[in-house]
This record gives sequence, C-alpha cells and structure tokens, in this order.
Amino acid sequence: MTGVSHDFRKLRLDCVSRSFGLHNALRDVSLEVARGEFIALLGPSGCGKSTALNCLAGLLPLTGGGIWLDDTRIDRLKPEERGFGMVFQNYALFPHMSVEKNVGFGLRMQGRGKAEIDGKVAAALNLVRLDDQRHKLPGQLSGGQQQRVAIARAIVIEPSLVLMDEPLSNLDAKLRLEMRAEIRRIHNLVGSTTIYVTHDQDEALSLADRIVVMRDGMVRQVGRPDELYGRPSHADVAEFMGYRNLLRLSVTAVTEGMAEVRIEQANLRGSLIGAARTGDIAIVAIRPDDLTPRIGGPIRATVNSAEYRGRDFYGIASTGSGQELFFRSEYRVAVGEVLDLGADPQRVLVYPGEARPPVS
Amino acid sequence: MQMMIEDKPPLRLRLAAMGFDSVTLLALPAVLFVLALFVYPFIYGLILSVEPKDGAVWYTNYQAFFSDPFLYGTIGKTLRLAAPVTALCVVISIPIALRVRWMRHQRLLTTILVLPITLGTVLIAEGLLNYMGPQGWLNRTLITIGLISGPLQLVHNYWGAFLGLFISIFPFTFLLTLSYVTGIEPALEQAASTLGARPWARFRHILLPLLAQGLAVNFCLSFVQAFSVFPTAVLLGAPAGSTRVISIAAYTAAYEAYDYSLASTIAMIMAAVQLVVVAIILSSRGLLYRGPMGGAKG
Repeated sequence: MTGVSHDFRKLRLDCVSRSFGLHNALRDVSLEVARGEFIALLGPSGCGKSTALNCLAGLLPLTGGGIWLDDTRIDRLKPEERGFGMVFQNYALFPHMSVEKNVGFGLRMQGRGKAEIDGKVAAALNLVRLDDQRHKLPGQLSGGQQQRVAIARAIVIEPSLVLMDEPLSNLDAKLRLEMRAEIRRIHNLVGSTTIYVTHDQDEALSLADRIVVMRDGMVRQVGRPDELYGRPSHADVAEFMGYRNLLRLSVTAVTEGMAEVRIEQANLRGSLIGAARTGDIAIVAIRPDDLTPRIGGPIRATVNSAEYRGRDFYGIASTGSGQELFFRSEYRVAVGEVLDLGADPQRVLVYPGEARPPVS
Repeated sequence: MQMMIEDKPPLRLRLAAMGFDSVTLLALPAVLFVLALFVYPFIYGLILSVEPKDGAVWYTNYQAFFSDPFLYGTIGKTLRLAAPVTALCVVISIPIALRVRWMRHQRLLTTILVLPITLGTVLIAEGLLNYMGPQGWLNRTLITIGLISGPLQLVHNYWGAFLGLFISIFPFTFLLTLSYVTGIEPALEQAASTLGARPWARFRHILLPLLAQGLAVNFCLSFVQAFSVFPTAVLLGAPAGSTRVISIAAYTAAYEAYDYSLASTIAMIMAAVQLVVVAIILSSRGLLYRGPMGGAKG
C-alpha cells in the first residue's frame, strides 16, 4: 500500500515553499533529517512550523521546492500514499470507534489479516500502557489517555516518519511533563524518525536531538539543544530561547571572538557572534539567570521589582538611562536598592546590530 | 424499638433535585404554545374523527376508510411518492454537501440551492408545468433538435409530481445535511488519510458512521414534509390516479363531501402512518453511533 520505502537513510526538504495567496507561510525551507533522529520544529505561532508539518504529511500541497526520501520524490504523493504517522494537536481520534479499532484503523486500511492486526494493536496498546482501556470509546478517556491512543495509532503502522503537531498543548502542566518523557521513551523503543512541532522551548530542548528554529516561514537556526541554548546564531533566536535582555549598545573594542560594548558609563565584555567593528551598534543578549549582582559589576541599576521563585530572586532593575534589565539574585533584594550587575563574558552574546529587529 | 424520624428536605430542594427550579418556568411560554397550537387541535381532531356525521358507532369512519380501496389506497400512493423522493434527497444531498463545505463561495451556492424554499411549492409547480409541459421549452427543444418526434408526457403523472416534490424538499434536506457535514471535525479525515484511507474508505469508515445519526433525523423531517404533499400532487401529478395522495382524500372529504369527521379520520391515519415511519427510522437509530463528532474533550 505505502508508496515509500521504510528503510530510508535520509529525508530531505529542498527549498520547500508554501504560500497562501500573498502570504508566504514557508520560504525556501531546506533541511536534512537522518533516520532515527528526533527533530523539533520550534518557533512562535505563525512561524510556519505547522505548515511545514502539514506539507510533510501531504495535507497541504507545496507551492515550491520538493521533499525527498533518499532518491524518491514524495511531495506529489497523497497523504495515504506516504505512510507517515501523524499525531494531531487535538488527537483527531475517531469518536465512533473503540480504542482498539482506532489503533487498528491504519492496519485495516492496509488490508492486513485479523490475527496480525490484533497482535500489533495489542503490542501498540501495551507500549502506550493502555491495555485495559481497549474497548472504551475515545470520549470515555482522559486527555492524556487520548493522547496515547493517538500516538499508538500513528506508530502501529510502523511509519517511516512520525509527525507530531504540538501534541502536548492540550494537556495540563503535570501531564505534559509525563507525556514528554513517554514520547521520548516510545521514540527510543520504536526507533522511529520523529518530527515534532512545538512552540515550547523546554519541550524542544528536552526531547529533540536537533532543533530547527523557525520564524516568518524561514529556518533561522538548526542545531543541537545545547548549541541553541548556549549560542543562538541570531538575536531573534536568542530572544526566543529565553535571552530576555536584548540591548542595543555600541561596540568599543573587538578582540578575537570577544567584543566590548559601552553600557552607561562602563564597558561590558561578551562573546561576539558574527562580525562587528568598533563603533558599530550591536545587539547584546543576556539571560536573566546570568545577570547577577556582583562586586565590580559594570552595570549600575536600581531595583524596580523583585520576586522570590524558590532558591533565587528574579527582578527588574533600571539603569540610569531608563533601560530595564531582567536579573537574578541569590540573596534578597529590596525595591529601590542600587545593584552592580554583571555577567560572565561567555554568557553575554554580542550580535551585529543592523540585523533583523528582535521579536516584539 | 427506635423510631426513625425522617427529616425531609423542603419541597423546593426536592423539586430542584428532580430538575425543577424557577428557571424551569422559562419553558412555560413554549409549553403553552405547543398546547394551544398542537395538542389542542390534535385532540380536537381525534375526537371529531370518532364522532361520525350520522351518529353511528365511533369506529365507523375508520372502518369506512379501510374498506374503500379508493381511500386506503392513498396511503400506498403517498408512500410510493414520499419515500423515494425523501431517500433520493438525502442520498444526493451528501456528495453535494461534502463538496460545498470546502467551497469558498459556500454561502452563494447555499443561497441558490435554498431559493426554492422561498418560492413555495405552487410557484415551482407552475414553473415546471410551463417548462416540461407538452408545449414547454424542454419538449420543444428536444423536438427541434430531433431527439424525439412527439412531446413526452412529463407532467400530470407520477414523475411530474416526483420531480416537483424533489425540488421543493431537496433544499431543506440539503441544509440539514450540510450542517451535519460541517459539524464533523476535518482533522478526522486528515487523520484517516495519513493512516492510508483512500477517499471512499474515508467516507465509508469515518464520515458515514458519524453522519448516519443526522441523516436518519434528516430523513424523518424531510419525509414528514413530503408525506403531506398536496399542491405538487394536484398540479403536477395525476390527482385522480397515481398521485391521489392522502391529503387529497382528506381535502375531498372536508370540502367536497363536507364530512369533517371523515376528514379528521383521514388526518389521524395520516399522522399515524408518519409516526410509524419515523418510529421505524428512529428505533433503528439505536444501532448507530450517537455522540460527539469530534475526538477531543472540550
């Protein structure tokens, strides 16, 4: 039935584009995925990540480019010919079929024998730990259980690729953490290739082998979670990865990989990402966690507000020129207190300035 | 022995537990409306039907109806007209509704399809008479291009009434089907297609089971309308022959024989037949899935 091979080595997106009228939801997205990888497509809403997933599934035709599985072009195949498993955001379980029938649907469509279907369905339900719910209808299950049925239904057909569209967004916080671990466990156990769409960086960081950060329909950065967390390649990626302090400052000195920028009356050292010269305007990104009060901290700022979040205090302080900064403190700080804030040069990222404006 | 003293909660609480509280009063206008405009006339007609004109036994009229083939034959004739028309309407409305739900100009098309409702059955019948009559455009065109040598008999027979009834019932059926079809979560079909289901399999295994319940209700509502066909059967059909439907029999009894009692009897029988058909359809509905048409909760 399925028109594509199972033992592919590589999935390749080649300049994939999709536009809706004048709006370009995807622009020249190119990406290579090796078999067995767990890839997260990460980005704010409207960045094109769900569009990309629907294009992969065959639910949306491309307006440009191609999708290849090794040497086979698959972007003109219908969804039913691709043999990919998809987990939908709202699960899309068939409400009139029992859990067992839902999970066995793909196998029945492939015309497998009853004994084979029963065996595989039982194994899949065992994998997602729903053996005892097999005769229930989806409406009788909790959100987390429905989610697991959706996963079992997608993987039971042993798809070459599993696509997941924000599968955890409808669950509460505790269940989200549980299901996150569950999804990774199943991925490892089945050895499938997974492409996972999310807007939650924690989810992407903890699940994925590689993360693809998207914005405005374009790929901004592809990398391992630690690379993305520690060294985002662009200021807007940095902002999306939790660098809440984004300051426009002028560069006063550049030395092999490091740059010094002027802040208020003082100089701040940071790691230069990209190219900049003395006198340029740079965007400086610092995580609130890395900006702490310290002896000799170059930024003098007055505390506006602070809150205790267990272990540490997090707060907002403003500099003499009114620039607001998010900072962390290990000891209690009071509103109105004047702090000398600073950060390790490794943790201060300096981007060439006249790039794209940061995400609002 | 210990005496048990039961502490009964106040009446208000007991009523509330059964679902009656002050909000229930809001149903009162509707209840009065139904009583005055449906229940009272119905009972009035029922009583009228068992009080024959000449003061005979109460079942005289019913006996008369079922012993005269000219009268009881109208049941079969009406069923032969109404049931196939309704079935055809329901069946044809499905593919059209499935197509229309993805159209960008859905409202325009829906408006065009629904227009016949606003025209009324008489106008449709007159139009069809002009269009399909022996001297109508259709016959003239067919003769001119040489497809036929003489005019076809398209009206004043069963098929004339069939077509007229179809045109007046279809918009109603279509609107109901469309609302059921658009109520089905589109992701369900997408999910089925990623699981390897081709279009027919998606219809057969996903859409049809989810629609079946609605289609049954739709059939009942359309059927009741079609069963009470009157102008179409008179104007487009053969009211003395193949389309002498039950409402014509009732009309004849009431306004030609001035036998209101017999007319009421016929109306009661008409209601009973409709009820039987609706009951059969709705009881077989128990076999169908009835639940939400989306997968997720809330």
